[in-house]
Amino acid sequence: MALSGIQIYKLLPQTNCKECGFPTCLAFAMKLAAKQVELSACPYVSEESKQKLAESAAPPIRLVTLKADGNEVKAGNEVVLFRHEKTFYNKPGLFIRLKASEGADAIAQKVAAADAYRVTYVGMDFSIDGFAVQADGGDLNAAVQAVRAKSKRPLILIGEAETLAPALPALDGETPLLYAANPENWEAMADLAKKHAAALAVTAPDLDTLADLTQKIKEKGVEDLVLDLGTTKLSEWLARSTQVRRLALKNFRPLGYPVIALAGEAGDTAKESIFAAQAIAKYAGFIVLDTFAPELIYPLLVLRENIYTDPQKPIQVQPGLYEINNPSPEDPVMVTTNFSITYFAVANEVEGAGIPAWLVVCDAEGMSVLTAWAAGKFDAERIAKSVKEFNVAEKVSKKRVVIPGHVAVLSGELEEELPGWEIRVGPREAVDIPAFVKQAL
Amino acid sequence: MPVEVPKTTWPGSVKTITLGATPEEGGTRSRTVTVGGETTLPFLHFETPMPNPPAIAVEIKDHRPDDWSPLLAEAWGDVMDDPAQWAKAAEEAGADIIVLALSPKNRDGNETTKEEAVSAVKAVLEASGLPLIVWGPGQADLDNELLVAVAEATKGERLVLGICEDKNYRTIVATAMANDHLVQARTPMDVNLAKQLNILISDMGMPLDRILMDPTTAAVGYGIEYGYSAMERLRLAALQGDAMTQLPMIVTPGFEAWKAKESKVGEGVPEAWGDWKERAVNWETLTAVTLIESGADIVVLRHPESIKRVKVAIEELMNV
Repeated sequence: MALSGIQIYKLLPQTNCKECGFPTCLAFAMKLAAKQVELSACPYVSEESKQKLAESAAPPIRLVTLKADGNEVKAGNEVVLFRHEKTFYNKPGLFIRLKASEGADAIAQKVAAADAYRVTYVGMDFSIDGFAVQADGGDLNAAVQAVRAKSKRPLILIGEAETLAPALPALDGETPLLYAANPENWEAMADLAKKHAAALAVTAPDLDTLADLTQKIKEKGVEDLVLDLGTTKLSEWLARSTQVRRLALKNFRPLGYPVIALAGEAGDTAKESIFAAQAIAKYAGFIVLDTFAPELIYPLLVLRENIYTDPQKPIQVQPGLYEINNPSPEDPVMVTTNFSITYFAVANEVEGAGIPAWLVVCDAEGMSVLTAWAAGKFDAERIAKSVKEFNVAEKVSKKRVVIPGHVAVLSGELEEELPGWEIRVGPREAVDIPAFVKQAL
Repeated sequence: MPVEVPKTTWPGSVKTITLGATPEEGGTRSRTVTVGGETTLPFLHFETPMPNPPAIAVEIKDHRPDDWSPLLAEAWGDVMDDPAQWAKAAEEAGADIIVLALSPKNRDGNETTKEEAVSAVKAVLEASGLPLIVWGPGQADLDNELLVAVAEATKGERLVLGICEDKNYRTIVATAMANDHLVQARTPMDVNLAKQLNILISDMGMPLDRILMDPTTAAVGYGIEYGYSAMERLRLAALQGDAMTQLPMIVTPGFEAWKAKESKVGEGVPEAWGDWKERAVNWETLTAVTLIESGADIVVLRHPESIKRVKVAIEELMNV
């Protein structure tokens, strides 16, 4: 863990020379602890201290980056056990596993579809992150080439050193992940990873053996390691992943690496999906799926986005008057909040249904309708203020405003705040807006 | 290298709550369900064993709902017309607990009466021996009227009555106290609001081991992260010893997931959303599993396939 100001102070010259710009070494140490200054501001710090401080500044979970042709997937650098304590940073990469025995044609077809997959959620485009190719007796080289012909995303190669070796020269310049070193094969795997500058997954049946292995592999000069927890039993994996995260955050270096989860090994598609969801919430850095199915990938990508959203910053859109489908002055005026999920749910419905409308997005501090209402951030006064501030009256001929069904209780008050306007109560859920507009407006 | 696994010993624990009462206990249930009692975070059996598995409650209505997804109508079929049959089907589908959600309107479109509510509840109690949760229609006056009648007609059953919110809880709590029932207390995804309502309810004299806390949740894609973190924080507060947060948590991933467009609608959606039915089941299942990982003690579900999958997940998570 990072050193405290006092611990840092002990490593400084303690001469209070002020050349760093601070009145005392202690003041400088405090700023260092808060990561507000760089150590290089001190001209007299010893080499030994520099090294110690650099070590303590190293992230408790090593950042491992898989690369291919400009595409990167990062894992690690996490600093908390619970997302509310700060945030989770690097979303676990989702990889699709292919087996060499499937044959190059089948692989190429699957990869083309998975690589082209795009889905939009609250204005963000998501896709999968890469592919895993397993040497299972088929022609690994042909399989890798088949993947590369259709996708430029990073790779994970699964197999023993002697089967993986022939496929690696073609991936020169990339950083793939080799899976996996175990207590028997670790030397050969480490040599191979070193030779090709690859990252290396390490697996063992228990954490003692795993910690041993990472130490030995690190001594061989391979630093970009990824941990496989040696189980796909839901409860056991949860326990080990929690233990690894806790140990890493206590600066236990042998386990200070991101974790990989082979969800496809957990069982049928239902179990795979549940295991993947747990891996997203509980600290995985890379997740390998066997199933590429949009109906599964989409909820997993969205769940991943949700869990990795910074809890300090609700995702918001700019408050304002949004024109949907080029509305004319007689088209309806609808009101909602500036929470991204709320805004996009409403805007997508209205837009998708081809309804021209004026959407008044109120500043509700990034909260959803019900939450904002409960917190007093979405009341009649705020709605009226937005309607006036965005000059809605000048844009429309029909002074009628539709409020969300969840805040029907505001309609009386809003009539008083907006004299001359007709207040209508719309549906509670965005999905019901098109039917409401057709029937009631 | 021997790794010393860090174990946390917490000063606090979650209360143990039993739903339902057998004939010996003054009710008519053939079995009861006990939840809560955790002394550490969910499923960390290496610290202390999880005493009770999370329970699956299945939501049914007093008559066929007109706003549920066609996928749910297809899955349940004709039993949706009869709460007793529906309760039986839910039990067969794997429910540990039945949730009967009363509608504001009866079959004929008139306001649901006390007699109708009581008769639906009695029919369900006769059809299934599982513990029962009864929700009012969600309109304060009607909730109070119906739930008081239900509570009095089922004295001693240890039903859970809901949903208490800060704007309307007194009548429900009073009748639950008078008739040996429990209550469900809902607040909007906030640790302090949850505590506050628990305090208000316990100040009325309701013992804490008869309150289920509902911190409100949202589905994947619709704000699950807020519910998830509120639940993690509530559970951490409970383990740290804050008595007013030491209640088992009930959440409604079924309701939340099935109002999401991804589950509700099959046509006119992006191709990238994939197969409708499987997507809908994933939406509900993954929402529920994620909430179980953050401390849910009871998840209320809707689709039989989700029930099956969440059950498997719970079994695996309880398997040491």
